Amino acid sequence: MDITIPVLILAIPLFMFLLLGLAGVKMSHKLAGILGTLGMGTVLVLSYFTAFTYWFSGSPDFIAGTDRLQFTVFNQTWLQFTPDVFNEAGELVKNGLAIKLGFLLDPISALMLIVIPTISFMVHLYSLGYMKGEKGFQRYYAFLSLFSFSMLGLVVATNIFQMYIFWELVGASSFLLIGFFYTLPSAVAACKKAFIVTRFADLGFLIGILVLSFYTNQLDFLPMTQNPSQVLADFGGATFMGASVLTWALVLIFTGGMGKSAMLPLHIWLPDAMEGPTPVSALIHAATMVVAGVYLVARLFPLYMLEDAALTFITVVGAVTAFYAACVACAQIDIKRILAFSTISQIAFMMVSLGVASKHGEAIHEGLGYMASMFHLFTHAMFKALLFLGAGSLIHAVHSNNYTAMGGLRKYMPITHITFLFGCLAIAGIWPWAGFFSKDEILSACYANSPFWGVWMTVVAGMTAFYMFRMYFLIFWWDEPDYAARVKEQEAHGHHASMPHESPLTMTIPLIFLAIVSFCCGWIPFGKLVTFDGHEYHIHIDWSIATMSLVVAAASIAFAAFLYMKKNDRPARMADSCRWLWTAANRRFYWDEIYLFITRRIIFDGICKPIAWFDRHIIDGTMDGLAYVTNSLSVAIKGLQSGKVQMYIWWYLIGAILLGLITAVCIL
Amino acid sequence: MESVGSTICYWIIALAIVIFSVLTVTTRKILRAATYLLFVLFATAALYFKLDYEFLGSVQIAVYAGGIVVLFVFSILLTTRPGDNSEQLESRKKLLGIAGALATAAACGWALCSRCADIFTSAPDMANPTMQEIGTAMLGTGHAQYLLPFEAISVLLLACIIGGVVIARKR
Amino acid sequence: MDITLIWYLVPALVMFCCGVYGFLTRRNMIAMLISLELMLNAVDINFVVFNRYLYPGSMEGWMFTLFGIAIAAAETALAIAIIINLFRVSKNIDVRDATHMKY
Repeated sequence: MDITIPVLILAIPLFMFLLLGLAGVKMSHKLAGILGTLGMGTVLVLSYFTAFTYWFSGSPDFIAGTDRLQFTVFNQTWLQFTPDVFNEAGELVKNGLAIKLGFLLDPISALMLIVIPTISFMVHLYSLGYMKGEKGFQRYYAFLSLFSFSMLGLVVATNIFQMYIFWELVGASSFLLIGFFYTLPSAVAACKKAFIVTRFADLGFLIGILVLSFYTNQLDFLPMTQNPSQVLADFGGATFMGASVLTWALVLIFTGGMGKSAMLPLHIWLPDAMEGPTPVSALIHAATMVVAGVYLVARLFPLYMLEDAALTFITVVGAVTAFYAACVACAQIDIKRILAFSTISQIAFMMVSLGVASKHGEAIHEGLGYMASMFHLFTHAMFKALLFLGAGSLIHAVHSNNYTAMGGLRKYMPITHITFLFGCLAIAGIWPWAGFFSKDEILSACYANSPFWGVWMTVVAGMTAFYMFRMYFLIFWWDEPDYAARVKEQEAHGHHASMPHESPLTMTIPLIFLAIVSFCCGWIPFGKLVTFDGHEYHIHIDWSIATMSLVVAAASIAFAAFLYMKKNDRPARMADSCRWLWTAANRRFYWDEIYLFITRRIIFDGICKPIAWFDRHIIDGTMDGLAYVTNSLSVAIKGLQSGKVQMYIWWYLIGAILLGLITAVCIL
Repeated sequence: MESVGSTICYWIIALAIVIFSVLTVTTRKILRAATYLLFVLFATAALYFKLDYEFLGSVQIAVYAGGIVVLFVFSILLTTRPGDNSEQLESRKKLLGIAGALATAAACGWALCSRCADIFTSAPDMANPTMQEIGTAMLGTGHAQYLLPFEAISVLLLACIIGGVVIARKR
Repeated sequence: MDITLIWYLVPALVMFCCGVYGFLTRRNMIAMLISLELMLNAVDINFVVFNRYLYPGSMEGWMFTLFGIAIAAAETALAIAIIINLFRVSKNIDVRDATHMKY
């Protein structure tokens, strides 16, 4: 395969970032936006072409019989740490440890090559309308391009260190975009929080990488994943604190994924990250970057299959997170927060699905869970981006994030209403929307592993349907606030205001497109395209599970409709009946408070303050003491430097005569 | 054994040096001090001539007496109003100065007496250095030849000229 | 009667001490500079005399004197430039008043 197109896929967003970042100030908003969007459009076409070439060209590079192959387009050595080992005949025996930069094409990277440019392009297009007139519009597009570049670089990484580099780059661009409205203190706090929390997680990731590369002496994915038994042999059964070192390495690497994908207990940054512009939330904090953790586990899945302990850990973390986030989402007021917790919950679905895909090193149902996880990643990206963009459209119309300021909007914003409904149906898992198919696969995989996880995840799926439709009804039905009065009041304060109205075409086109995609992408024969070992997998819908999940979802929706369709006091009474639960869920079960307690009370007061005291009084004190002694000495003798030349001469003369006398005495 | 004429010459020179040196530092009129300095320098030049160093004596007259003293006179005329005397010295300061000078004299004189009072009875014979010898010594690069200091001095002089111009220039 | 080494050195020493006295007591900067020239000249005489009596064949002391004269000229020129500049600023060349360059 020619390397031009893969290189261009990475180079164009990078170039756009440099162009818009360096020359953006000189451009008009319109030019910058169109340039960024056109650049992303080109990337979209090129990566579609690459992905379709990979899947459908039938080239022997990509497919052998029905088995999909992993193909390295290029892999350039960047930093050579240890030299390659050659035997006497000059043949390569063993590769040295080196960091390479390359482009790997396999089912999951091809999948991501579809997902990322699609969402990114939609967001670019949508932002033309949404961000219109914002200060720093060019900067916004520059950061979007930077993010697209980093994310694409991440998914095509040929080795774990390249992935790590781009991993940090997406973290940085996420930081920049969350803090885009840098004059808002809340945005600044949120971007710092996101950066710091994920940095802590990435520390684990880095340690995991180092442990892995220390034992296997390589960083490339392919030699490790294609020959996992060799990795197991490299580790040689080393153990640390009761678990094998390989498990530790894998769990540590997963820690990085936990941070990026906002798994409990490192989820606290994601809800706050909604301070960024809404399209950014759609792109980064719903569809692409946050699934990087899932992608990471999927990428190293053959290694995870070796260690049940690591997979169980993933399952437990994922299941607990899914349930927790679903509970919290039921009690939020801010619609972006609801979507954020829904994202956490859905990513946890993917994690659980990976976790249950194997048992004792054997793939269950030929890795059904893996396939389902990737499938859900794909469909979730589409419908969650749709929901976020829809939320953006709503916020654009009513200038508030809270559903209390909305209600009855179906009359004012028909396109947003229909597309949002599509998104809700998809995420709730109603046939034939996309979410039904992927979620059904996940549930099947869970039941195949153990009925416990199956039931657990079914409950969470029901809760998903409930909180999504709770939000939907509260926004579009419920009771209509007095919009006209609000407009009058705002105009009295000198603000420009208008009645809620449908968004411009640049915003509705992405909505319509994504709605269509999330309606029909469930029919994609996913098992043929993406499986954990490249073998084709025949999807067969298990109708007993499907019916049950449909029933649960429908019941949840009906319950939500019963509570929220018309204005009534049932929700308030329900909340009153268990006030503590409602408050706890509303306050996200006090995770932020726990973190604050740990950082402020324990770390700051208990550790940092003594250290600061030591620094200030002992270390600085020593230095200050030295300076004080020097200073007082110089004050004491500075009178000699009187500026009177003849005094100097006197001192000189006295010194010279004394010296002469001393010399004389010594000679005699 | 020196000739009587030579001895008389010596005494004249030595007395001139001592007397005019003392007058240079004791007179209260600064222009007179410069004039006495000129006499001291002339006497020094005579000393060089007496020691058979004609070239050095000429340089002494040309540079010191002719150049530096003229500079002094110019600057005195620029900075002093006519009839300006420096004020009477306080006796305490005078005493201190005399003490310092005497201490120096004592230290150096003691060294002189103890070291070189009676080493050499008379000046050894010597052929006057010819101009050619002087020239080679100054511009040669071999042993006991001084091209490098010569060049260094010329650079120093250039720096002084520029520095003098920069400092004294009207702003 | 022989004119020995010390006959020359004593007048030079007297000259030097006069220079020291003048440098220590005079307040006029030009007078101080004149005293300085006296001291320099005394040192020059010493060089020449030692060269003449100890190493009549070579020219080391001679050369030192020559260069000393050149340096004295340079130093005087620069010092006078400074003094004139100072005079221009403060209308005064009393060394006691030029005490700003301290601490």
